[in-house]
Amino acid sequence: MHSFSPPSRRSFGLRLLSGDTPGHPVASFLMAVLVFVLAFAPLLFAGTRAVATAARVAIFVVLAASYDLLLGYTGIVSFAHTLFFGLGAYGVAIALAGSGPSWSALFVGSAAGIGFAALLGIGIALLSLRVRAIFFSMITLAVASVGQVLASQLHDITGGEDGLTFSVPPLLSPSFHPFTEPVLGVRIDGRLNTYYLIFVVSLVLFLLLLRLVNSPFGRVLRAIRENEFRAEALGYRVVVYRSLASAIAAAMAAIAGTLMALLLRYNGPATTLSFSIMIDILLMVVIGGMGTLYGPAIGAALMVLAQYYLEPALQFLAELTAPFPLLSAVFQPDRWLLWLGFLFMLVVMYFPAGIVGSLRARGLYSQTR
Amino acid sequence: MKPSERTLPVLLVLLIAALGFAAMPFTDWLTLSAAGLAMGMMLFLMVAGLTLIFGLMDVLNFAHGAFITFGAFAAGTVFARFPQLVASDRWEENLLILALAALAAALLSGALGFGFERVAIGRVYGAHLRQILLTTGALIVAEQLAIVIWGPDAIPVLKPAGLRGSFLIAGAAIEKYRVVAALFGLFVFLLLQGILAHTRIGIIVRAGVENREMVEALGYRIRPLFAGVFVAGAALAGVGGAMWATYAATVTASLGSDLTVLIFIVVIIGGLGSVGGSFLGALLVGLVTNYVGFLAPKLALLSNILLMAAILLWRPRGLLAAGGR
Repeated sequence: MHSFSPPSRRSFGLRLLSGDTPGHPVASFLMAVLVFVLAFAPLLFAGTRAVATAARVAIFVVLAASYDLLLGYTGIVSFAHTLFFGLGAYGVAIALAGSGPSWSALFVGSAAGIGFAALLGIGIALLSLRVRAIFFSMITLAVASVGQVLASQLHDITGGEDGLTFSVPPLLSPSFHPFTEPVLGVRIDGRLNTYYLIFVVSLVLFLLLLRLVNSPFGRVLRAIRENEFRAEALGYRVVVYRSLASAIAAAMAAIAGTLMALLLRYNGPATTLSFSIMIDILLMVVIGGMGTLYGPAIGAALMVLAQYYLEPALQFLAELTAPFPLLSAVFQPDRWLLWLGFLFMLVVMYFPAGIVGSLRARGLYSQTR
Repeated sequence: MKPSERTLPVLLVLLIAALGFAAMPFTDWLTLSAAGLAMGMMLFLMVAGLTLIFGLMDVLNFAHGAFITFGAFAAGTVFARFPQLVASDRWEENLLILALAALAAALLSGALGFGFERVAIGRVYGAHLRQILLTTGALIVAEQLAIVIWGPDAIPVLKPAGLRGSFLIAGAAIEKYRVVAALFGLFVFLLLQGILAHTRIGIIVRAGVENREMVEALGYRIRPLFAGVFVAGAALAGVGGAMWATYAATVTASLGSDLTVLIFIVVIIGGLGSVGGSFLGALLVGLVTNYVGFLAPKLALLSNILLMAAILLWRPRGLLAAGGR
């Protein structure tokens, strides 16, 4: 679509992105900054908190991008994405808490979580998409709430509301110090290893998603999104494609969940299953730009930044409007979701393409003129 | 739809009641059935509008729960404003305050529905994806606004004095308020069915659910009709929320989003677009929730999902889907 050239003449960089660039200088710049900051976060920021935030951004990039596969490319709204996120995290947490910090437990646990998530993704899709795509949204909502309740009720397995705290394999643990002195000004320790594990896996998954949506499979998904009947008439089994997309998105979300569990060395219902995370994902994907993959990535970074800066800004406004109680109540720092919700509605109504989609449209417009 | 296909779902409700009867002592069964009926009728009030809106304009409103929340808060506010009527020992004053609360709930939610249809829903006709996103955003905003207006903490909703407590029938304790709620829900159902079956507007609404283009081709403007149904549905959801909060004796801003899952299950079971279907679906959910909660408390949370899955396997479009949906 954008800067499309025959495969043989494409540069390595373009091949890495599957020929799909952000499509506008501003979007490319934002993406470059994001990748640069994430790649060198441990060098750029001193505190462990800042690095943990960078890791969180990387994980949410994968989570939001995998959700975009469903929302933006396949045109179905799922509310169960956090359930799959949680399944991956619980897979790791249960395995490591149960049988100690070994790599084999980590692999078995994540494989179980990811596999179960993919199967559940297919199951929900087959049950609901057989009828109407709109059932899918309603049923995923119901299934997600069941998952949340089960996680807090099955106390013996999941640790209930308290969740599970566990140790990770020594190589990833904060107490791992191979060198007593910093190397090139950076302390090599388990935290650093964990960070780069998260970064590399996230980067690979994002590139995989780019590859996927620019493959013939992704093209069929977009065809279904644009016109379901025509795709069916052309001979594509719509249910099969949608179910596969659901399974792939579920598996990717589960991998993001395993990364989250490794980062926090803890998992509970509030950290991976809560509905507020689902809302965060929706905001990231829609505000960033559905159906672009880059949009959700930028959206994820913006959301994490917004959570840092919006609350102080609202605090300021609340103090400024203190003489007017109702106005001041609207600007309470706890009400940041109100403003993001409004922003979300405005984007859906007036800029359905989101940040990256709108930028791309402007880029195309100026080129054709 | 053949008559036999219509009677089977009714038989299913009776079958569930009979299974419950066989599985537990009679007094428990009676208490739980009354509870299930009341819960079902309150759910029906909440979903009637939702299913009609979908049937008429293919609009699925994820923000429907917001009308429930605001209705519940309106009722709580009315009860708090007239404590002497709430505490009065004269039953007509108790019913008066209950009616006032329901009226306030209907007015507030109806007005919200009117504004929401005007400002937001009208822009996303025919685009399911954007509808779901927009209405989900609206649910978030509405919940936050409810917190701004009524605060983040739960607000007590005192039921009128005469409706507290329970009475005994054949040794089974039945709460008075549940009987009132069930009777009121049944009344609304019959009223709705009457309007839909026998008035001119009802006939156009039913025809619109079956085939909108044909009704438009015959010269009826369906858009204002839809707006009317949307407002009426929102008002009913507000009344349902008021009844629910009065029963639960408390209301929080998350009431609507908490109930969203349950009302969607009811709508899916009933078949999108069918008032009769959602009536049966609400009854099924109410009865099954109460029976399973008694017989196997651990299964209670899963029971509604399992019920929905079973019904979708039997009838993929729900019990009584309308308009070939």
